[in-house]
Amino acid sequence: MREKLIIIGAGMASGRALESLLEQGGDFDVTLFNAEPRGNYDRIMLSPVLAGDKAYDDIIIHTSDWYAKNGVTCRFGEKVVAIDRATKTVTAENGDVLSYDKLLFGTGSNPFIIPLPGHDLEGVIAYRDLEDTTRMMNLGPAHKAVVIGGGLLGLEAAAGMATRGVDVTVVHIMGHLMERQLDEAAGALLRDALIDKGITVKCAANSKEILGANGAVKALSLDDGTELPCDLLVMAVGIRPNVQLAKDAGLSVDKGILVDDQMRTSDADILAVGECVEHRGAIFGLVAPLYEQAKVVAKTLLGQDAQFIQKELSTKLKVTGCDLFSAGDFASSETREDIVFRDPANSTYRRLVLEGGTLVGAVMYGDTSDSSWFFNLIRDKTDVRDMRESLIFGSAYQGGTPSDPSLAVVAFPHDAGRHRHNGMFPRLTNLEEQRSAA
Amino acid sequence: MTLTRTACPYCGVGCGVLAGADGTIKGDPEHPANFGRLCSKGSALGETIDMQGRLLAPQVDGKNASWDDALDLVAEKFSAAVREHGPDSVAFYVSGQLLTEDYYVANKLIKGYIGTANIDTNSRLCMASSVVGHKRAFGSDTVPGTYSDLEDADLIVLVGSNLAWCHPVLHQRIAAAKADRQNMKIVNVDPRKTATSALADHHLRIVPDGDIALFNGLLTHLADAGELDQSYLDQHVNGAEAAIDKARESDPTQSGLSQQELDMFYALWAGTKKVVTVYSQGVNQSECGSDKVNSILNCHLATGRIGKPGCGPFSVTGQPNAMGGREVGGLANMLANHLDIENPDHRAHVQEFWQSPTICTEAGLKAVDLYQACASGKIKALWVMSTNPAVSMPDAEGVAAAIANVPFVVVSDIMEHTDTGDLAHVLLPAAGWGEKNGTVTNSERRISRQRAFLPAPGQARPDWEIICDVATRMGWADGFDFESPEAVFAEYVSLSCAGRDFGRDLDLSLFADADYAKLIPRQWPDNDIRFFANGKFFHADGKAKMLPITAPEPIAHDRFTLNTGRNRDQWHTMSRTGKAPRLGAHLAEPYAEIHPEDAMDLKVEHGDLVALKNKFGNAVLRVLVTDRTAKGQIFAPMHWTRQLTRGGLVNALTAPVTDPFSGQPALKMSKVSAERLDAAWYGFAASNAPIKQGGDYSAVARSLTGWQAEFAGREVPEDWTVWAQDHLGVEGCTASEITDANNGTTRIAFYNGDAIAALLFVSREPVSLARNTVISLIETQTSPLKALAGRSAADQPDPGATVCACFNVGVNTLRDAILNGAGSVDALGEDTCAGTNCGSCKPELASLLEQFSLPMAAE
Repeated sequence: MREKLIIIGAGMASGRALESLLEQGGDFDVTLFNAEPRGNYDRIMLSPVLAGDKAYDDIIIHTSDWYAKNGVTCRFGEKVVAIDRATKTVTAENGDVLSYDKLLFGTGSNPFIIPLPGHDLEGVIAYRDLEDTTRMMNLGPAHKAVVIGGGLLGLEAAAGMATRGVDVTVVHIMGHLMERQLDEAAGALLRDALIDKGITVKCAANSKEILGANGAVKALSLDDGTELPCDLLVMAVGIRPNVQLAKDAGLSVDKGILVDDQMRTSDADILAVGECVEHRGAIFGLVAPLYEQAKVVAKTLLGQDAQFIQKELSTKLKVTGCDLFSAGDFASSETREDIVFRDPANSTYRRLVLEGGTLVGAVMYGDTSDSSWFFNLIRDKTDVRDMRESLIFGSAYQGGTPSDPSLAVVAFPHDAGRHRHNGMFPRLTNLEEQRSAA
Repeated sequence: MTLTRTACPYCGVGCGVLAGADGTIKGDPEHPANFGRLCSKGSALGETIDMQGRLLAPQVDGKNASWDDALDLVAEKFSAAVREHGPDSVAFYVSGQLLTEDYYVANKLIKGYIGTANIDTNSRLCMASSVVGHKRAFGSDTVPGTYSDLEDADLIVLVGSNLAWCHPVLHQRIAAAKADRQNMKIVNVDPRKTATSALADHHLRIVPDGDIALFNGLLTHLADAGELDQSYLDQHVNGAEAAIDKARESDPTQSGLSQQELDMFYALWAGTKKVVTVYSQGVNQSECGSDKVNSILNCHLATGRIGKPGCGPFSVTGQPNAMGGREVGGLANMLANHLDIENPDHRAHVQEFWQSPTICTEAGLKAVDLYQACASGKIKALWVMSTNPAVSMPDAEGVAAAIANVPFVVVSDIMEHTDTGDLAHVLLPAAGWGEKNGTVTNSERRISRQRAFLPAPGQARPDWEIICDVATRMGWADGFDFESPEAVFAEYVSLSCAGRDFGRDLDLSLFADADYAKLIPRQWPDNDIRFFANGKFFHADGKAKMLPITAPEPIAHDRFTLNTGRNRDQWHTMSRTGKAPRLGAHLAEPYAEIHPEDAMDLKVEHGDLVALKNKFGNAVLRVLVTDRTAKGQIFAPMHWTRQLTRGGLVNALTAPVTDPFSGQPALKMSKVSAERLDAAWYGFAASNAPIKQGGDYSAVARSLTGWQAEFAGREVPEDWTVWAQDHLGVEGCTASEITDANNGTTRIAFYNGDAIAALLFVSREPVSLARNTVISLIETQTSPLKALAGRSAADQPDPGATVCACFNVGVNTLRDAILNGAGSVDALGEDTCAGTNCGSCKPELASLLEQFSLPMAAE
């Protein structure tokens, strides 16, 4: 008799877990619930869809054929409404009760909706799924949209709509855009880039109220009295792990569903993966650690030894055509030292943050070459003191001939490769020149 | 391109040059000084004829003026000074760069018309001690030999001469001769090991001014070893006995040499019949320079090793026309044409020849005294021609102040801004090399034509014309109505013919009928003539004189002896060579050579800055640690001016101490203290525009892409971008900047559109950079990050576009691996790691293999 595995949520994390399980020969009777009426697709690629660079079909990860071939029972467009851990059953939206041997939470996260007056008006949406995307795509030129939130998703929403001719204003509560990934200088470059695309950007702007007419959104009013008329208001101000179901089932929950290193919840037969999870105090939104979790959860289901270890994270993104990268902790402090490259003419920027002889953070904007090298230096806590002068130029400028201060002297023939500290004092090459001339 | 036959304007070798208006420069294969050779400076002459910085119109008090107004003013002021304060209240300070014709009319004006001998020249700094030595020994200022003696000699002793850098073509001729004749020996006598020492069989590192002890010891040895030429002495030389007796009193080891070195040198000298002793500024620029010269001449006279092929003492001069200046008498202690001021017959003859209203009756002020008279207020009007005493004189700051103290100063120059010109009331634009016609005499008495191959720019005029115009305006049109330099030369030649009647050496009669326009380089009295082989000297009794010479007491300096000298690729105060980018690449910054042990004491390393100080002034120089210089001595080149450096003016430290006979300053021996300069910042900049001085130390030089500069300062400017706008000529440029505030590092690239206009590198330590690489980036469209790296990534070559993302392996790296024999994807993986992790790049690796392996397969 095959073990019954019920998966709640057909997102990218649970999808990758399922793949891993199948690849390693896991023989489960799988039932996959998904609240959205479709299977696993690449949510990260919604922005290209919005921008018109891709179609939905291009971003599907698992087709219905794939599910069929792998014997997965799909219950898409259906929510799970209750879990009874004592009887090891789940109850579906339609009242079906299904029993499980193992249960995997992949409930993901919910976009956070700021409870402003008027937040429930028609035309106030989040940016989370294909429905939201379609809504934005359908707005059309000569309409106005306001995006609240100057993070990655908000800016992609804004840029996507702007590409389609929508008059977009981004309202961001912080002093600069993408403050979690960028420092102020890089944020300013990004802002300039968005302005170049015709997007209006308002930073340090507090939303006060969403104004409506006939139940539909009409404008956003800020606390400084500004009114921003709009036909659509997109809130992209963050996500919250979707934990309600787990909480109702009596699992341990804090910010997310608490899991151990094997991705098991407080109930050993119930596991969790993805954005719904809280592991050692951390919650997750980037795809790399989610895929790592997926590998671990598959092994745990197979009874194999595996451990999820949080790694140093870096973000490498393309926002509206601008490359940017950040890694580590780039907040300033008294014990930290900055190496900064400012190149406003080319809209590029780099900032390296050093602490105690190691690189602890990096922000790059416009040119992210060498980002993986910087990331490795941060992750490995490499001592970078000896390469401080050349660090910011990247890996191509390390190694080889050590930087030689005696080259300071124009009085010495250029590029002669002399060394100050080796106890050898140079002969003038001109003596040699004279000899060879002789 | 039409090439014009002319002569080089640099050192006293006097090489022939073929020059074209487009800047083409070639050595003249037919010129007997160089037979087609040129040195680095001469080869770069084409880079110095541009108009950058040229003075193109007369200026009065900093404003352009007409020639008439400027010349009227000069004539009026000089006349007024003579009228009110007497002829001795005015002075000319002229130059070994003037042509003989310029020199002749200047000398004529001041000595025969104004009536003072207050005309001295930068030759005073160069060979005045040789003149004294020659006159004392020979009775005339005669260079006995010819350049071919250098090739015929079996032993060449180079004393105080860095021939390799300062007279490179002679050095090349000697090197070529030595390569042909293995038995030819070369001894280099110098406190410092130089580029010249490399050619020598023996480098004798004497102490400063140890020359006399060495040559007195040689004379003693020659006497004791029975090596004197007694019959020559008996017939042709006076004073041998007294000279030898005096020489015996010297302790040769006070030369600083070991007994073994002395024995070797004396035996070599005594045992070699054909000996030439070449000497230069190391001998002349000394408090006992004249005596040094005579101690050398004594040895040659005592052995009759003079005036014969491959034999003789040989003074090589530093300037293209120091010899011509001596010949026309353009020095304060000469009259004209090797005639003497002190001799009433000579004076009467010259005055009569000139038909001049007056004639000076006594020697005038020699250079150092002249500027002291300027300082004391005695000089009311001063005219400086074609030289830069505010840089080149000892106590240069004191001299600058002295010039500033003169009520009326005229400077004739080709450059608008020189350290001396900046002190002038009137600036007169002179025609430069290539723009004027005349003659020069080189170190072997060879007269060559300098010929114009370019038009004089703007309102510039040749010096002889300017001088004649002033003389005319002072009321002496009759004596100065020359129509051409040829007319001046003709008068000079005819005056010299009269010199024969006084039994002088200078006989130009062969030039009397010469076609000036087509004048072929020719020695006086004639080609290949050596003086004194026949034993005929120019003292009254026809004999030579050996002088009793006392060696100076060894001088114990408290801390350091400062020795000054020249660089290979610069000349004098760089107003010409400083324009040539390729010359700027070699030793582009003033520096101090310091012995390793002294460096350790001073706690300085290569690239640090050292502050030198004495009662005359201060200088800041880059440290070059080397045992080429002896312990206790510091060597510094003297070229850098206030236009080119802040801090690096070396003659700020040299003492206005002179040889008592020649008045030549002892530029090679000053007392200084030294300490490390603790700069808070060091900078290097390259720009396509002229760079301004800044900080506490700076040095600006031309580069192949514009200008380059070194900086250092004790106080860090607040905003480097603003600082750069003030100093690097980058207004309106966009800046890309790297800062590491805690490390004191700032690097800024300035772009004019897409092209780099300037790059600035600032560091708390001496700036570590591949400077050539940085310089080569100016005017290119290199990205800021690449440009500001300050070096090429060649050590770890540009990997190219990434192919393997896992290991960051680029297409160039892979191409190289394939060309080095990696024949499969697996082999590439082994060589470069590419494709050994995720493997997703393997198809690209395969296509690269196909692409780059093809040529090999075809073979």
